[in-house]
Amino acid sequence: MALLQRVAETHRQTVDFILDGQPCQALVGDTVLTAVLIQRDRLRIEEFNGAPRAGFCLMGACQDCWMLTEDGTRLRACTSFVVAGMRLVSV
Amino acid sequence: MNNLSPVIVGAGPAGIRAAATLIAAGLKPVVVDEAIKAGGQIYRQPPDGFTRPKSSLYGFESRKADRLHHLFEAIRPQIDYRPGTLVWNAGADHLDLMASDGAAASLGFSHLLLATGATDRVQPFDGWLTPGVFTLGAAQIALKFQGSILGPRIAFAGTGPLLYLVAYQYAKAGADVVGVFDTARFADKLAALPGLLHGIGHLAKGMYYVAWLRAHGVPMYGGIVPLRVEGEGRVQGFAWQGGGRTKRVDCDAVAFGLGLRSETQLADLLGCRFAYDDLNRAWLPERSLSGRTSLAHVYLAGDGAGIAGADAAELAGERAALALLEDAGHVADRRRIALLESRLKRIAKFRHGLERAFPLPPADWGGAALADDLVLCRCEAITAGSLRQAARDLGVTELNRLKALTRIGMGRCQGRICGAAATAILAAELQCAPKAVGRLRGQAPVKPLPVVTLGREDAA
Amino acid sequence: MSARRYDTAILGGGIVGASAALNLARSGLSVVLLERGFCGAGASGVNYGGVRRQGRPPEQIPLSLRAHAIWARLQDHIGIDGEYIRSGHLKLARSETEMASLLAYRDRIAGLGLKLELVSGNTLRDRFPMLGSAVVGASYCADDGHANPRLVSPAFARAAAKAGAEIREQTEVTAVERTGNGFMLQAGGDEIRAGYLLNCAGPGAGLATQAFGETVPLSSGYPCLGVTEPLPPLFAFNLGVEGGGVYARQVARGNVVFGGGKGYALDDRNCRPDMKALMQTLQDGTALLPALRQTHVIRFWSGVEAYMPDRNPVLGPSATTPGLLHGFGFSGAGFQIGPAAGAVLADLVRDGRTATPIEAFSIQRFTRTRQMAPAKSYS
Repeated sequence: MALLQRVAETHRQTVDFILDGQPCQALVGDTVLTAVLIQRDRLRIEEFNGAPRAGFCLMGACQDCWMLTEDGTRLRACTSFVVAGMRLVSV
Repeated sequence: MNNLSPVIVGAGPAGIRAAATLIAAGLKPVVVDEAIKAGGQIYRQPPDGFTRPKSSLYGFESRKADRLHHLFEAIRPQIDYRPGTLVWNAGADHLDLMASDGAAASLGFSHLLLATGATDRVQPFDGWLTPGVFTLGAAQIALKFQGSILGPRIAFAGTGPLLYLVAYQYAKAGADVVGVFDTARFADKLAALPGLLHGIGHLAKGMYYVAWLRAHGVPMYGGIVPLRVEGEGRVQGFAWQGGGRTKRVDCDAVAFGLGLRSETQLADLLGCRFAYDDLNRAWLPERSLSGRTSLAHVYLAGDGAGIAGADAAELAGERAALALLEDAGHVADRRRIALLESRLKRIAKFRHGLERAFPLPPADWGGAALADDLVLCRCEAITAGSLRQAARDLGVTELNRLKALTRIGMGRCQGRICGAAATAILAAELQCAPKAVGRLRGQAPVKPLPVVTLGREDAA
Repeated sequence: MSARRYDTAILGGGIVGASAALNLARSGLSVVLLERGFCGAGASGVNYGGVRRQGRPPEQIPLSLRAHAIWARLQDHIGIDGEYIRSGHLKLARSETEMASLLAYRDRIAGLGLKLELVSGNTLRDRFPMLGSAVVGASYCADDGHANPRLVSPAFARAAAKAGAEIREQTEVTAVERTGNGFMLQAGGDEIRAGYLLNCAGPGAGLATQAFGETVPLSSGYPCLGVTEPLPPLFAFNLGVEGGGVYARQVARGNVVFGGGKGYALDDRNCRPDMKALMQTLQDGTALLPALRQTHVIRFWSGVEAYMPDRNPVLGPSATTPGLLHGFGFSGAGFQIGPAAGAVLADLVRDGRTATPIEAFSIQRFTRTRQMAPAKSYS
């Protein structure tokens, strides 16, 4: 189940992106974190204990929302905006 | 006087006021801000294409937000504005930047005014790593900046003015607020009344949120201790202790915070002298009421130098800019300075009242009470027990030594999140005051920096 | 207050001083170690963490081999493994000239007990597929490795304390003088007397050399170090480059520790890494290990290291003062040999001599002649 629910600003244009190989839609102006947590309840698997993580501070301070793209690039999900065609990995 | 190159870091209330003040004196400051739009965290503006009115985004603060945003638009043509830009290192006469396109650059300054703001103060507790646990600030950003809520069933826990404000904003936005769990007691708030009367407007707003939440049937608890977040893989419930009993509630998210903590990394890298501040329970760069620091040409304003709120930040931004101008040989407007300083002093009194109303939990809650297997460091999974072991077996008596031997504070966030907990644990272990264990020193880069930024051929 | 008397007083709680203290205490001698900060928190604790013999000049190899044997039983010696692993040290050549230089080095140290394997061409690509195309060849020393200096160096001091040495941290030595039967020191408000004085104070070694009329061309150096976020395993070996420059190792947790270039001083105890040097290091480093391109650096740091112009330490008896022994100036390469340097100093105190050849490190080399060999980097 998703961790985030939209309650406003739903009129925006859609953005198509890929999450874990599946086509997904976000809205223009969504951060990567929003785009993913509208679909999922995690952003990544933490390196040490293999536990899921979904971010924490949303203001670029805690560094807990790093996500990988399929090509291995790392994005800080709360401060990066989703871009059409992005291929994100949360597993 | 024309060869001044003042740089302001941060475009929140303090930074914007400071910039406007320098412009009024005929200077053209550089304003570097990590956000893509000006306003800081409190008056954060949503991305382009969002249409909610300011009254909906900022509530009682919408007029102030509007005024500051307009001020910024008015001065924007007269500043060298660098949005989306991280200042990742500070030297004696220059800053190292990473621009929004990832390019590295060096920016020299004659005078530097730091208005770097604050983030949530947190203390780890059982289950706080579970997806669905966020800071209070995060909960607010989701709503204000993204039109989304965490939840839909959400518990608000911790203490501080933000606790009731965000709970109110969520309930109004349609979230199912399962409760507001305040670690402070109602009695604390009554005791603090004389201090709070210095900020009567704020007090009225706070009382309004509480009354609104009560009228809408949101359960509110005081003097609680958060016990744990329940759920494997995501939040399923929140358990707390209150009135001598343990209780729990089902929920999908927990928003948690214990007030704010200042972002002081750049002042640290510059070599500003720090002192322990009892009110903030933190080491802060020393500054006078004028915003001057221990370093000539370096000035501080706003929550980045001690938490005092947005109104104080505007005043302090202007005051620090006037100090900068005076030090650069401009004629000082004594009456204006006196007015700003008297207002800042009044806010400081209110701030003392707030601290009494929303006292941080006792030090042992974040210290001795934490289980050995509790992970304190979200970045590198360092446990409370490993810190205690270092204190006991390795004779550690100082925070940077603890860092060297356990890695606490060495991860991606450089101790922003775990620093307070590490301090509490070491102090509890040594049975000394938190200030006695010293201050976690920061290192560049202030935030993780892509190797490609540094390795780029066109890097400055 | 009456002065306490010890067989030996040691100035400096870095890896050299602490190792000397450990060896002396285990020999049953009374030792006091005086450290102005915390033991192993200076250069010994903040250095890169390379534990390699490869690349050292021939005169250092015997000392380095002695250290190699100590590292082999580190856990027994100091009580922790210190994250020490014999990962191999791979020294890269980016040109045929550099490859020739690696070959020449192998010939120069032939017969000294170091096994080096030169690899290039397809063998290099097959064995080390993570290397970028900028690499043309490499010299591999299988038994070299790396360790965590933040853990290892303080552990030497703890082991010394456990063996009976008196370790006084946060104790500044303000005066040293020779007395009739030894030395007298002022330290942290106390008077301390000792038969022998070991000067292992790194960048602060000038206090004792000046006090006893020995001028040495001691200077300070500031390495530029950094570390990435934790990454999946990329490479096991400790990486260096012929001629100096980039060095890197990946720790078990996944972080890649790297360094190269020089930082600068803020004052005599504090320094900062130089960002331009680090940018150059990362530019060069990503050419050697392309996978690093997608990663983030989470921390940079530096530390004050004691340098000698010929990059060899000063190790052995004073030229002016009986009972005074020096062990400083390891010139950015003391971590691996530090434990052996301390053992040599202990030999000299206990036995009056050491089986390890140290003539090349005599302080007299600076008074015999002013002609220095040009500084050469051995990284």
